[in-house]
Amino acid sequence: MDTLQGRVWKYGANINTDVIIPGRYCHITEPTELAKYCMADLDSTFVEKISRGDIIVAGGNFGCGSSREVAPLSIKASGIGAVVAPSFARIFYRNSINIGFPIFESAPAFEEIDEGDEVEITPSTGIIKDLTKGTEYQAAAFPEFLQAIIARGGLRGYAEEVLARRKATAFTP
Amino acid sequence: MGMTISEKILAAHAGKERVEPGEIVMVDVDVNLANELSAALAIDEFLKIKGADRIVRPEQAIFVPDHFTPAKDISTAKLVQRVRQFALDQRARWFEVGRAGIEHCVLPQHGIVGPGQVIIGGDSHTTTYGALGAFSTGVGSTDVAVAWAIGQTWLRVPPTVKVTYHGTLRPWVKGKDLILYTIGQMTVDGATYMAMEFHGETLRELPMAGRFTMANMSIEAGAKNGIFHVDDVTREYLASVGHTAYTEYWSDPDAEYVAEVDIDAGAIEPQIALPSLPENSRPVSEVGDISIDQVVIGTCTNGWIEDMREAAQVLQGHRVSSHVRCIIVPGSQEVQREMVREGLMQIFMDAECIVSTSTCGPCIGGHMGVLGEHERCVSTTNRNFVGRMGARSAEIFLANPAVAAASAIAGHIAGPEEIVSRDLVPV
Ligand code: SF4
Repeated sequence: MDTLQGRVWKYGANINTDVIIPGRYCHITEPTELAKYCMADLDSTFVEKISRGDIIVAGGNFGCGSSREVAPLSIKASGIGAVVAPSFARIFYRNSINIGFPIFESAPAFEEIDEGDEVEITPSTGIIKDLTKGTEYQAAAFPEFLQAIIARGGLRGYAEEVLARRKATAFTP
Repeated sequence: MGMTISEKILAAHAGKERVEPGEIVMVDVDVNLANELSAALAIDEFLKIKGADRIVRPEQAIFVPDHFTPAKDISTAKLVQRVRQFALDQRARWFEVGRAGIEHCVLPQHGIVGPGQVIIGGDSHTTTYGALGAFSTGVGSTDVAVAWAIGQTWLRVPPTVKVTYHGTLRPWVKGKDLILYTIGQMTVDGATYMAMEFHGETLRELPMAGRFTMANMSIEAGAKNGIFHVDDVTREYLASVGHTAYTEYWSDPDAEYVAEVDIDAGAIEPQIALPSLPENSRPVSEVGDISIDQVVIGTCTNGWIEDMREAAQVLQGHRVSSHVRCIIVPGSQEVQREMVREGLMQIFMDAECIVSTSTCGPCIGGHMGVLGEHERCVSTTNRNFVGRMGARSAEIFLANPAVAAASAIAGHIAGPEEIVSRDLVPV
């Protein structure tokens, strides 16, 4: 995955999936349609003000609440390049990895990076650089298994490999 | 070193002797649940997986339409149509309106879920089945789709926090109060990535309904799963729903816990969680005079027949305040049938409540009781986030069914003791 660079939009802790994509929009599955309502109940100006590649820096337990995969999907579709937070709620964490959306865990990055800063992230190393301030942070490393999923662009690639392997080893009389 | 119940179940499903917290394992999935929302996305994903055309174990793939069901508008109707067609084509188990209700009440009542299983579901409150001694957790739609395709899922083995309850519960204190109090102590991310394992003599007295409520809301402390050990209450319940073949797992005495929390349950009063996080719990007696507009009693958190009986005991012989809407939402068709049999429907109607069909509706701000600007609602659901039940400015107070019923009568937040005469023995 290439280097990510963008302007920071900053939010607090416990940003839940109900404000990321409210229940009333959850029956939508089309990404471009979902993108229109991203963060609707947190920040109604969000969709207009962000540019492609911008980065969300938020407090801990980001994405808590429901299992709705439309939460990371809507953020991804809105054009946001990555989310940085001290911790992620677990279903949001796995959904992001499964759909190939980059997330990074770092508490100091959240504390020190300000809204409007220009930030650069190298996904392969987890290095987060605040270009405005000249500071640098190391995100927590992903376990090997998850790195492999990320490298395949999400969980689907992994499943395809499993199916191909099973087919190859299937008993044929 | 011993293992916890969660570790043992995961090890057994990963084909391993033992597993360690932090380790990522591929496990066989026994039950794979989806509602119409998670299923719709999962179907899109499934169709993109090269080499997958059939669900590998269709009898384990369960579909329960409940969030916007019966359809609230044309677009949700279309969505359900698509999901139903897929479920039928795949010969999976489809629970049509009239035979179902809210997913987390439907699965136990049909004997689908039981001890020792690994259960995943495209809904965060899939944690509910931990009440039966299963490892049960919510996942996303891609996970559901991949498990349809390969019969397995990846899980990071969670460290376990042991929560032990001591003492005898006071009148009107139920599973809901225990879990609201616990989340208040642990905070909404206190158990993130962890298994919450419930112990203590208090729980032996707790009926299945209270255990389901607690496991249901373990996710509100961030937990991956909430789990109980099987006892006679569980065994009796399983026998009643025809779930007979299962394996009981037990945590070893020397199992390792990352944290242990001890709770003096005998000291807990009925709780209420103030807006807008479930961790804002405090005794009902301390919240002061807060007027309300709506009450919701039921849904997957408190929609069991025991919950309905508690609400009915408070509402019997009373009428809901003239400026309050009281909406009763049974957890399933099964519960509603029992309500009719026991005469609870009559009590609710005489008290001027309305009884809704079993649906997520108001819980998710979908339909059947969406809140307007600045309205306040006492609800037995599990989340009081901003905008959860409707307008962003609306406020949600979480409580048990008896507190919700008492508040409906009073027109402001009230404990059941304020309403029910003291000589009445609480259920
Ligand atoms: S009733 Fe509410 S919490 Fe339960 S499954 Fe439905 S939307 Fe989720």
